[in-house]
Amino acid sequence: MKQGSRFWAWLVFGVGTTYFILPLLATFEFSLRKRRGEYSFDAYRTVFGDPNFQATFTYSVIVAVFTILLGVLLVVPTAYWIRLRLPHLRPVVEFITLLPLVIPAIVIVFGYIRMFGSNSALPFLATARGADALLVIGYAVLALPYMYRAVDTGLRTIDVRTLTEAAQILGAGWTTIIARIILPNVLIAVLSGAFLSFAIVIGEFTMASLLNRPAFGPYLQNIGANSAYEPSALALISFAITWGCMSLIQILSRFAPRSANRPN
Amino acid sequence: MAEPFLSIQQVRKSFGATTVVQDFNLDVEPGEFVSFLGPSGCGKTTVLRMVAGFEEPSAGKIVVAGKDITRLKPNQRNVGMVFQAYALFPNLTVAQNIGFGLKVAGMPKADADRRVAEMLDLIKLPQMGDRYPYQLSGGQQQRIALARAIAPKPKLLLLDEPLSALDAKVRVSLREEIRSIQKKLGITTVFVTHDQEEALSISDRIAVMYGGKAEQVGTPFEIYNRPATKFVANFVGTLNVLEGTVTDAASGKVRVNSQEVSLQGKLNGSKSGDTLSLALRPEAISLGRQPGRDSSLSGEITEVHFLGSVIRVRVGIGGSTVSLDTFNSPASPPPAVGEKAEISFSSGDMLVLH
Repeated sequence: MKQGSRFWAWLVFGVGTTYFILPLLATFEFSLRKRRGEYSFDAYRTVFGDPNFQATFTYSVIVAVFTILLGVLLVVPTAYWIRLRLPHLRPVVEFITLLPLVIPAIVIVFGYIRMFGSNSALPFLATARGADALLVIGYAVLALPYMYRAVDTGLRTIDVRTLTEAAQILGAGWTTIIARIILPNVLIAVLSGAFLSFAIVIGEFTMASLLNRPAFGPYLQNIGANSAYEPSALALISFAITWGCMSLIQILSRFAPRSANRPN
Repeated sequence: MAEPFLSIQQVRKSFGATTVVQDFNLDVEPGEFVSFLGPSGCGKTTVLRMVAGFEEPSAGKIVVAGKDITRLKPNQRNVGMVFQAYALFPNLTVAQNIGFGLKVAGMPKADADRRVAEMLDLIKLPQMGDRYPYQLSGGQQQRIALARAIAPKPKLLLLDEPLSALDAKVRVSLREEIRSIQKKLGITTVFVTHDQEEALSISDRIAVMYGGKAEQVGTPFEIYNRPATKFVANFVGTLNVLEGTVTDAASGKVRVNSQEVSLQGKLNGSKSGDTLSLALRPEAISLGRQPGRDSSLSGEITEVHFLGSVIRVRVGIGGSTVSLDTFNSPASPPPAVGEKAEISFSSGDMLVLH
């Protein structure tokens, strides 16, 4: 009986792994076929040598960093306040944070274009920097469901109310409490939210394209439409970047302030 | 009487239609250790939280050192507090936890470090500065929480059931430590507990609370020996309650299960025929007739529990049961269940509950 259950467990594991790995292997194999008759890294050389790759990737990384900062500034105090003082509003806030999953990005971006066009009261789109800012705001909205849930789960693992009161009675104000007590204790959760935000921003196409920003998403689409082997190489590069981010967050979390929730 | 250091005046707290604290008054002297004792939901923690500033009174005033602090925010009150759940900051080391209040107050680092070292010595954990809270036992964490609370030299120390989460042995040693530190520093302290032994053992005075009101405020001796109300008598210590009927109010005669006892001068205006609740502490009762005990009642032994140095005996008297303790004597065997027994006591020890 035990032997049998072990066999099925391995079988399920094997099928799952194959389902995940096989397309990656096939993509990798295809990306090496640029040179006729032999395997080579020519597609990768082309991609890395393309100045547009470097420019768009750098742009998207910068936008991702600002998106994460905006997300943290927006979500951490909100989730903290909801948990501390307005727990009855939690379902409402959760519903609002879920909206970006329901409303397509194209609807949001058209709304932005109408609201913040050059002739509007808040003409974000009149300048390139304004459009960049709008893109960051849009991405922060898209990442909201993930960021909010990650931070809220982190807050659930600490006694927010007592820690707040302990800090207050020692003379701390709200900024000190959030910066020195709450944020460090939910840092791992914030990092997971940051990672998800990064992953969304790096591959996002719709908003960047419609706001006409030189981001990595539109670049990927452009290469995909015009080349054969480079898109496969790019897909694997994007995958490696995502996995790299994940590993980086794992490593960073080891250096995060120790807490009672992570004793070892 | 000296000016009170903490004065809680006519304080009331309502949550919607529910009033959890009503007309609460208490004056605490400088350096005094006062306990709020009562069952869950009696309002003791709410009063403490109002003194801390976490709850705003619906009415009334709280004055500390002559200053009205009723509407001040918690971080403006200069009050230290120890919580039941320790509430140490998990991301900070022990030294950083203790130094948190000092850093917030802007104390220079060298002075803060000196004060932290002083506090660590005071709580007898000088080597623990670099540890994190999760590396400490519950008792150690609570001592750190105490050190953190008193490090900024607060005017007032509030202790919200700080021993509840600890095991019995640690509770006893820590409560003695808290009391000794409090005496050493002379800091005015308010302690909330539902444990009567804790309150009786370390307090200068106790406020016994019930239904959002202070039923009685007095020294542990007064609270235990002269409870003002039936609730206080029942809540503090073990009590044997007997029903009695006044047979002759003028001479103080009361009938208890067809036997008469004399309670002259204690009937407080009760008339003949009135029914009274009479209470006796177990330690005020002896088995058998004893010299100096002017009253006695007869009954039958219903239970005997051998507890080592002490034997707990229950004697059925009519429909009531009286519990008493006798010391174990190796020379004489313990009484047996079913034996006829006489209990004796001084009528002066009998309490008439109102």
